[in-house]
Amino acid sequence: MNNTTRWDTLRPYVMILPAMLAILCFVIYPVFYLLKLSFYRYNLLNKAKSKFIGLDNYKQLFSKDEFYVALNNTLIYTVTVVLLTIVIALLLALLINRKKTRFNAFLQAGIFTPHIISIVSIALVWMLLMEPNFGILNYVLKTFGLPTSKWLQSSSTSMLSVILVSVWHNVGYYALILLAALQSVPPTIYEAAALDNASRFKTFYKITLPMISPQLFFVLIIMTIGSFKVFDTVRIMTGGGPNNSTSTLVYHIYEYRSNNLGYASATGIILMVIIAILTFVYFRVLANKVHYQ
Amino acid sequence: MASIEFRKVTKSFGDSTVIKDLDLTIADGEFTVLVGPSGCGKTTLLRMIAGLDPQTSGAVLIDGKDVTQIAPGQRGVAMVFQNYAIYPTMSVRENIEFGLKNNKVSKEERTELVESISATVGLSEYLDRKPSTLSGGQRQRVALARAMVKKPSVFLMDEPLSNLDAKLRIQMRIELIELHKKLGTTFVYVTHDQVEAMSMADTIVLMNKGVIQQEASPDLIYREPNNRFTAQFVGVPPMNVAPLGTDGAHFGFRPESAVLTRTPSDAWFRYKGVITTREMLGSETIYQVKNEQFTFMIKCYEDLFTVDEHVYVGVPVEKIMLFGADENRIPREDPRAADYLERLRRQGDE
Repeated sequence: MNNTTRWDTLRPYVMILPAMLAILCFVIYPVFYLLKLSFYRYNLLNKAKSKFIGLDNYKQLFSKDEFYVALNNTLIYTVTVVLLTIVIALLLALLINRKKTRFNAFLQAGIFTPHIISIVSIALVWMLLMEPNFGILNYVLKTFGLPTSKWLQSSSTSMLSVILVSVWHNVGYYALILLAALQSVPPTIYEAAALDNASRFKTFYKITLPMISPQLFFVLIIMTIGSFKVFDTVRIMTGGGPNNSTSTLVYHIYEYRSNNLGYASATGIILMVIIAILTFVYFRVLANKVHYQ
Repeated sequence: MASIEFRKVTKSFGDSTVIKDLDLTIADGEFTVLVGPSGCGKTTLLRMIAGLDPQTSGAVLIDGKDVTQIAPGQRGVAMVFQNYAIYPTMSVRENIEFGLKNNKVSKEERTELVESISATVGLSEYLDRKPSTLSGGQRQRVALARAMVKKPSVFLMDEPLSNLDAKLRIQMRIELIELHKKLGTTFVYVTHDQVEAMSMADTIVLMNKGVIQQEASPDLIYREPNNRFTAQFVGVPPMNVAPLGTDGAHFGFRPESAVLTRTPSDAWFRYKGVITTREMLGSETIYQVKNEQFTFMIKCYEDLFTVDEHVYVGVPVEKIMLFGADENRIPREDPRAADYLERLRRQGDE
């Protein structure tokens, strides 16, 4: 009897043990190791020469212009990508949701395709498209008599170019999530709204948006976190340049990966803190506006 | 208040025509129930009145005006949906006043209307709750209040009680009858449940396969069915109908029209059978009496018999109805009637 009760209390813990072990090894431990590293001047060649230096890495970080440039770039990138992606994805979802036509089915498959292509290939192809002298983009602009752009090769347009590629890459995936949300709204609610004499704008604002708010909220958080950690497009397309104009926080970390691991770790910790704060703020500000069924 | 008129209305979904050249007038201020099996087009009719699925051809008139070009929100109709279609993201109050806001009703007037309507349907304490915290019956009331608050000239209801449990349904039935009495507006109510139709309607419009079978008061529908479909759709259990054995004609009688006896009777139509099932429903008992030829349900107000007992079924001549091969009722004045009845009488002698 006693045995069974003891087993009853133990059983749940035993059952989550494998998952917890994995989380401990691959999530909790690395985070704390990262935190530890951020307090050291770490010597990659000779571990014994690593030295505890307290908050020096953080002091150095906060006095560096490069860090602020990277932070600023990341913020601009995140805000623009998140806003553009959500707005375009929502518009696309609304468009596809309006009618079940062949064209819409094609559009739906079409906008999702970029998501299944490797971002490396996408970045490389877009680099070709954006090439100022021989690229198709400038050729098209010229054909229509529009001013051309230097795209990735000028510090004033490079960030915008990276943003363009990221939005293009992401928008189909999120449009699909929002489309699924739109399709789960019961049509009778719209009929009730029509009988209540609601205008199209009012129906969208008072019914559609609140009904898909959980998915919008999810997309907002996932995209914000993802955009803050942007790396691959920057690494391939610009390498942070020209003139640091596309250097982002993660790229900043990457640049210091070998010659100052402690400093890179400190930047990583700061990035983590920023994302945690942002997510927390989102929940505090928006949670009561999100309607869960 | 308004009457509703359908003129040569046809409705097709893609290639399939659900309703063809239908004419119907729904009188002003009446409680009209559209009833029929699923897929008979009753909901389609209702949605045409609302303007949610406009007719393919023909005209729908509300109060004498062709409303074909008028948007649903401006027809002066309110609808209660089967699944209520309450806005889940809004509180009960917001749900009720959404239509008023869209119609630019002033704030004071809105508050007053919402308060008085919610008191009428018993929702006053729940005004600031979200619909998800309400029970099925309360949601039903929100849907009703939302419709009532707009003071529509026509109330449309699409099986509004089918999601409620049996007890609540009977209670809401009475409340709807009272509501109709109080408001005096035109009610159009769709249901597949003939009991609901019989209990609430001033006029029943019975439909099958997009065609109106009969349009009459519950009394007439029950006592004087136009055709076999009507006879067998209305009543619990429905009318007993069996082939007469000539010209494809049928005869029928209501379960309560027959008399069960242990000794042979000299009723017009009679047969000897064995009771195969017995349903004791309290005030009445329903027996299924079977022989080689007939299986009929017989309703008795006294519970005198048991299963497996041999009994005699007798039906007086005035309770027997005749139906032709075209399924239409054969009136007594029809020359065929006497012959058919005589045939039926002889059947009992064999």
